[in-house]
Amino acid sequence: MPADNLKKTPLNAAHRELGGKMVDFGGWDMPVQYTAGVIEEHMATRTRAGLFDVSHMGEIWVEGEDAISFVNRLTTNDVTKLVDGQAHYSALTNDKGGVVDDLLVYRFDVDKLLLVVNAGTTDKDWDWITSRTQDEKITLTNASADYCQIAIQGPKAVGILKTLTETNLDEIKYYHFTMGYVDGVESILSRTGYTGEDGFEIYADEKHARQLWDKLLEKGDYGKDNGILPCGLAARNTLRLESAMSLYGHELADDITPLEANLGWITKLQKGDFVGREALVKKKESGIPRLVVGFEMTQPGIARDNCDVYINDRLVGYVTSGSPAPFLKKNIGLAFLPTEFANEGQEIKIDVRGKHLSAKVVPTPFYKRKK
Amino acid sequence: MSNIPENLRYTKDHEWIKVDGDVASIGITDYAQHSLGDVVYVDLPRVGDTFGTHEAFGSVESVKAVSEIFTPVAGEVVDVNESLNDSPDKVNSDPYGDSWFVKIKMANAGEADAMLSGEEYEEYLSANA
Repeated sequence: MPADNLKKTPLNAAHRELGGKMVDFGGWDMPVQYTAGVIEEHMATRTRAGLFDVSHMGEIWVEGEDAISFVNRLTTNDVTKLVDGQAHYSALTNDKGGVVDDLLVYRFDVDKLLLVVNAGTTDKDWDWITSRTQDEKITLTNASADYCQIAIQGPKAVGILKTLTETNLDEIKYYHFTMGYVDGVESILSRTGYTGEDGFEIYADEKHARQLWDKLLEKGDYGKDNGILPCGLAARNTLRLESAMSLYGHELADDITPLEANLGWITKLQKGDFVGREALVKKKESGIPRLVVGFEMTQPGIARDNCDVYINDRLVGYVTSGSPAPFLKKNIGLAFLPTEFANEGQEIKIDVRGKHLSAKVVPTPFYKRKK
Repeated sequence: MSNIPENLRYTKDHEWIKVDGDVASIGITDYAQHSLGDVVYVDLPRVGDTFGTHEAFGSVESVKAVSEIFTPVAGEVVDVNESLNDSPDKVNSDPYGDSWFVKIKMANAGEADAMLSGEEYEEYLSANA
């Protein structure tokens, strides 16, 4: 049974009934995997469909006539470029240009934005955001406890969701969203995800979480051959790693800038002033000293998070995320390297419990789905 | 419930051994494989390597975790299960049968007698796991 101090999503009982192996994930009682195991869950998502409870993520509403300018001042991406019904990936930065959190920004209207932030950082983000208000006309609401979030991902995901909604899902482009009904439940239908597959993230009133979860499993033929599988945090991690997506606390942190984490594409230094911009401009002008690179092992062995990286017997960096890649059937990872060595084909050694194992820098993403 | 064959001996680190004369086959228990999850890699020693009692002789890795494997008996490695290099998942599907990691020629055959019986291991698990 969970310790009483762990937070639970509205799907906690469902996870237990499905045989979820529950762990403490940043203060949340979450399934790391179900009975099928991480490899089956990962493969189901790549080849069919996977269902993920991500209700632990945080939702913060920013409403009012200054909503766009306020969020634009706190984040790296250009919020003025969003249109109604569009979302983008972005970063909240501190004054030194380090990343307070990475997030999705949804534009519902010119005066209504939704920020979706990481579970473990929701309280920190809320404190940060509320402390940085000036005289803007905005209302901030931490609605994290009111929402469930369920992600359905994989080549069959959209087809399964179609059986439960009258919304024309084909009209919703990647990183766009709409309000709709899923099995009669009012939901935000967002064509986004953290797996590298097509699919949707569905936000709804947490009271309806169980109904949505059970219906999606049923319509996805859970329990039959080639059916959908519920996926735990372990598969969520291996799927995002194959797609080379950043994970806060690994590739991103308060003392890591988005430029170092290869997130220059969401760092719009030309958009006007924002928190941390000055530090980021300086960093860019003086040269970015280190970069996150992808690597794969070239000899047997698995590099894990925080393993040291060597070049010519010199300690030069560390592994931010390392794991077997179930679909690619390789051992891969992301690591910090000095910029001068961050080149495809660069040979590196990784200290795996005292043994220096060979690996090489490879292009990312490791996995890209065929469209 | 974990599967715990009666004819094997066990450690509190969740290894099992099967004694045949002065040679002990060593593997990890059903409980251990279940805790680890999908096994994707095993790191084995070489034939001829010698290990002291409770020394780590290799490791077993799942997608999420790595765990060292300790030998409960001192001695010399006389055989390693190379088939686990190609099919590490056998450790999950058949932890006691074809999934022994090494065979060790025991320096002191009496060491195995001090290990837990199946019944004792089951009691240990229900009290501690």
